Amino acid sequence: MSDSNYTPKSKVGKWFNDRLPLLTLANHLTDYPTPKNLNYWWTFGGILTFCLLTQIVTGLVLAMHYIADTKLAFASVEHIMRDVNYGWLIRYVHANGASMFFLAVYIHIFRSLFYGSYKSPREIIWILGIIIYLLMMAAAFMGYVLPWGQMSYWGATVITNLFSAIPLIGEGITTWLWGGYSVDNPTLTRFFTLHYLIPFLILGLVVLHIWALHVPGNNNPVGIEIKKPSNDTVPFHPYIVIKDAFALLLFSIIFAFFVFYAPNILGHADNYIEANPLVTPAHIVPEWYLLPFYAILRSVPDKLMGVIAMFSAILILVVLPWLDTSKVRSAVFRPIYKQFYWILVLDVLVLGYVGAMPAEGLYLLIARVATAYYFAHFLIVLPVLGWVEKTNPIPLSISEPVLAGSAMATRGVREEKIEVNLKSLG
Amino acid sequence: MSEKKQNNRRDFIFTATATAGAVGVGAAVWPLIDQMNPDASVKALASTEVDISSVKPGQSITVVWRGKPVFIKRRTQEEIEKARSVSLEELKDPQKDEDRVKKPEWLVMLGICTHLGCVPLSDKGEYDGWFCPCHGSHYDTSGRIRKGPAPINMEVPQYVFLDDNTIKIG
Amino acid sequence: MKKLKRIFIIFLSVYLFQNHSISAETEPYLETEWTFKGLFGKFDRASLQRGYQVYTEVCAACHSMQYLSYRNLAEQGGPEFTVEQAKAIAASFEVLDGPNSDGEMFTRPAKLSDKFVKPYENVEASKAANGGAYPPDMSVLAKARMGGADYIYSLLLGYDEPPEDIKLDDGVYYNKYMYGNKIKMSAPLSDGLIEYSDGTEATKEQMAKDITTFLMWSAEPHLETRHKTGFRVIVYLIILSILVYMTMKKIWSRVETKI
Repeated sequence: MSDSNYTPKSKVGKWFNDRLPLLTLANHLTDYPTPKNLNYWWTFGGILTFCLLTQIVTGLVLAMHYIADTKLAFASVEHIMRDVNYGWLIRYVHANGASMFFLAVYIHIFRSLFYGSYKSPREIIWILGIIIYLLMMAAAFMGYVLPWGQMSYWGATVITNLFSAIPLIGEGITTWLWGGYSVDNPTLTRFFTLHYLIPFLILGLVVLHIWALHVPGNNNPVGIEIKKPSNDTVPFHPYIVIKDAFALLLFSIIFAFFVFYAPNILGHADNYIEANPLVTPAHIVPEWYLLPFYAILRSVPDKLMGVIAMFSAILILVVLPWLDTSKVRSAVFRPIYKQFYWILVLDVLVLGYVGAMPAEGLYLLIARVATAYYFAHFLIVLPVLGWVEKTNPIPLSISEPVLAGSAMATRGVREEKIEVNLKSLG
Repeated sequence: MSEKKQNNRRDFIFTATATAGAVGVGAAVWPLIDQMNPDASVKALASTEVDISSVKPGQSITVVWRGKPVFIKRRTQEEIEKARSVSLEELKDPQKDEDRVKKPEWLVMLGICTHLGCVPLSDKGEYDGWFCPCHGSHYDTSGRIRKGPAPINMEVPQYVFLDDNTIKIG
Repeated sequence: MKKLKRIFIIFLSVYLFQNHSISAETEPYLETEWTFKGLFGKFDRASLQRGYQVYTEVCAACHSMQYLSYRNLAEQGGPEFTVEQAKAIAASFEVLDGPNSDGEMFTRPAKLSDKFVKPYENVEASKAANGGAYPPDMSVLAKARMGGADYIYSLLLGYDEPPEDIKLDDGVYYNKYMYGNKIKMSAPLSDGLIEYSDGTEATKEQMAKDITTFLMWSAEPHLETRHKTGFRVIVYLIILSILVYMTMKKIWSRVETKI
């Protein structure tokens, strides 16, 4: 790396840096050569870091007032909402923050899918990302249990019962997860403990994720390897920092809108009813960000197979770098993949939609078709496409496409983006 | 000239952005700090009413107010005289006994040693008042510090006699 | 490709703006003006005070509001009774306290710091007194029902004669807005049921509106602060975004790439 021979200017700095090379690290981070053509879809890494830190800080504060006890949990949340100074604000930021976190992570994942960021040599970054995503789902699920409302209780019951599908040991695992014969106080306290732990695991993985990113450097919209540093790169600071900050602010405006003007729209009304083990709500629906997987689960008539299908839907992403046989990364130069990409996006949205609907009639049929397509995309379309697709010519450097006609598409997309941002400003 | 203007304008934008950003961060941090202050339900529990009709002369009761012990002592004539006969020069934190009580018979004070917050023992110590076992502070029959590391007298909370038998603290 | 994009955008907008819930009934909610909706929404104080009167005189016989304290009645953003009024309201209720120095429980008039007195000791007692149905606690009711204030308002006015194909058991009533149309609460409001202390005419609609406003406040006591803070935060974020955008433009002008 270019910065390995960095030496601090001051004597004290040198003395310190020889013992703990924090200044070298800081120098690496500020000078880190970043492709200059990154578009706004690339700002979501920074936005996600912000989301994680927001969740950790607000969560820490909420834990100071929350009581993990089935008799007191609901009341302690009401206490936070009513009495604690700014408690309502902190809780709404935390609750909506989870949704914003997932919104950002989905954009981040689909950006990677579009520009082929998961391909060699970035497979480890991708896999670390999938693990982070899995942990996020676990954290979100357990966090949703904590207020001990009806959805908390029944969501916990339904999800933990998934494990009972495992032959022979399933029942035992479920009982073990519960620490009893139903979701109860032991379940709540352990979920609270794990909910507190997981974000720090995520934080550690994020460090690895960024570390792994800094080895090959960023992918870019053109999807070609570039010389670093060169004409094609800019130092991370201030260029990317300020751009990330701008995108983060626009993101925060949406975030703030939810927190202040629609704080409960993404949640479910039933969760303001205290948990009652004797009455199941009429419709159990997971949070919106889990709906596509919920749809996959329900589309399979067999209990065990449904659970397997649901987990496979996520785990299939782990082997994605090897399922996609195309040598070309960016969808910009893959005319057919680009279409399939948008069909996949549509497919996932359809899954999300039917996940919120009752599992019957037409909805069930749609869910089945969409589930089948989801797997077909990864298992059939991607491998085959790599062989048969005729890709467009790829430029040799980032600077080139600006002059050549082949990359006009990229520019067009990016200019549109700027316009949109300008509109949202004014 | 125009280049200089340009530079000034740039500097202005940078400064304005940085300032506005700093203000925002400050405003965002405040709720995170303020949440640790007493909340609305704690503040609402500001007063306690105590029935003192069953306290006999020489006896002392301890009640809880805002999570802290409050000593309510019905002093004997002897104890009152002892407290009032001390000249102010002898005291570390000079205060007249008359200023520490509303009715001479009743001494009401926070039962917390002003040194480091322990609860002193009653009818102990060299001045027959209170004695703090933690670091050896001696208080007299008016709860004033006489000997030991505590810097000031035991604090007298706000209280009123609602009637002869009821005190409202806070 | 273009066609695909269009389909995609149409689907996305439908997806985002449709209500995720499934409502069994198609009956649209009754409409009324709520002052607390919108960017600058605030509660109507007089309505909140009347709403409290409806609660104590009508609802409180069966429904608890266990997360509210009497002090809340005098707090900013609420009904804003004066502290003296709130104290007087509190003092009209008896609460169990103790044990005293003799180890016995005793009753005393409620203080501002006390929670609203419950009509029943526990859920079982309330079920026993109401034919097996549990009158839900109303502290967060407005947030605990899909449709919120509109739903509650409609439900209160939605009692009707059942259609001929629906048979009702004893103690079950027909309501257009209730899930499944069967409700165990008899119509709680009727014209002139109470006499408002501010002289407002106590029509059914008026009472329904007042109690719903009161329930909305009790579910979301910081709503006014939230709206006010939210407006400031968003204005601030927009200004900062513009400043950062200008800074970004300046910085990136050093490289020829467009952003």
